[in-house]
Amino acid sequence: MSFTSFGDFLAMGRHGLYVWSAYGICLLVVIWNLAVPMLARRRHLQEEARRLRREQSQ
Amino acid sequence: MNSSVLSWTWFHKLGSPKWFYGLSGRLLPWFSVAAVLLLGIGVVWGLAFAPPDYQQGNSFRIIYIHVPTAMLAQSCYVLMAVAGVVGLVWKMKVADVALQCAAPIGASLTAVALVTGAIWGKPTWGSWWVWDARLTSMLILLFLYLGLIALGQAISNRESAAKACAVLAIVGVINIPIIKYSVEWWSTLHQGATFSFTERPKMPAEMWLPLLFTVLGFYCFFAVVLLLRMRLEVLKREARSSWVKAEIAAQLEGRS
Repeated sequence: MSFTSFGDFLAMGRHGLYVWSAYGICLLVVIWNLAVPMLARRRHLQEEARRLRREQSQ
Repeated sequence: MNSSVLSWTWFHKLGSPKWFYGLSGRLLPWFSVAAVLLLGIGVVWGLAFAPPDYQQGNSFRIIYIHVPTAMLAQSCYVLMAVAGVVGLVWKMKVADVALQCAAPIGASLTAVALVTGAIWGKPTWGSWWVWDARLTSMLILLFLYLGLIALGQAISNRESAAKACAVLAIVGVINIPIIKYSVEWWSTLHQGATFSFTERPKMPAEMWLPLLFTVLGFYCFFAVVLLLRMRLEVLKREARSSWVKAEIAAQLEGRS
C-alpha cells in the first residue's frame, strides 16, 4: 500500500483533483461506450417487436 | 483440397455477417470477463499500491489510463485503415461495419487520451496544453475520427459511404507513424514510450506491471464495445435475411 490512510489516498499528495478528475472522465467515457450500443440494441428489439405485432394484426 | 485453400476459408467466412455474428457472440463473454478482471486489478494496483513517482508525485497515476487510451486510439485507427483496405479489395460487408462502428469508439478514446494528458500536463509541465508535436498529431487524429464519422453520416448511399470512409481511413493512417515518432523527430516536452519490444521499461516493475494490466484490459474493453456495436449493425443491415429474423424472434422470446 502506497498510502497510510483513506484520506491520504483521496488527497493523492497535492494531486487529488487532477488524478480523480482524470479517472472520473475516463469512467464516464467507458460507461458511455457500453451504454450506447446496449440501449440501441434494446431500442432496435422494441421496434422489431412493434413491427412484428403490426404485421400479425394485419 | 490442399492446405493453402483450407487456410483461407476462415478469411472468407469472416466476410459472412452470419458467421461473424455467431463467433462474436461466443467471444463476447470472454472479452468481458478479461476486461473487468484486468482493468480492476490494474486500476486498484496503479492507484493504491504502486509507489509515487520521485519527481511527479501521485499525478503520474494518470499514466494507467492515459497510456492505454492513447495506444488504443492509434490501434483503433490502424484497424479502421486495415478494414478499409479489406473492404475496398475484397468487398467484405463486415469490414465496413467494423470501420463505421470503430470510429465513435476511437474518437472517444482519443478524447480521453487528450483530456487525461492535459490534466497530467498541468501539475507536471505547468500547462494544460502546449503545441508540441505529439499533442498536435493526437489532436489531428481526433479530427480524422470526427471527419470519418461525419463523412459516413453525410453520404446516404451505403456503398458510396463505405468507399469514401475507407479511402479517408487509409490516407489518414500516415498520421500514425507521425504520432509514434513525434517524440524522437522533434524536440518535445512529451516523454518517450514506456513500453518497447526491445528494451526493459525504465521504471520499476511495481510501476509498469499495473500499466501492462490496464493496457491489456483496455484492449479487451475495446473488443467488447466494438463487437456490441458491430453485432447490432449487422442485425440492422441484414434485417431481411432469414437468420436475422430467427435471431430477432429468439431474442424477443427470451425477453418476454
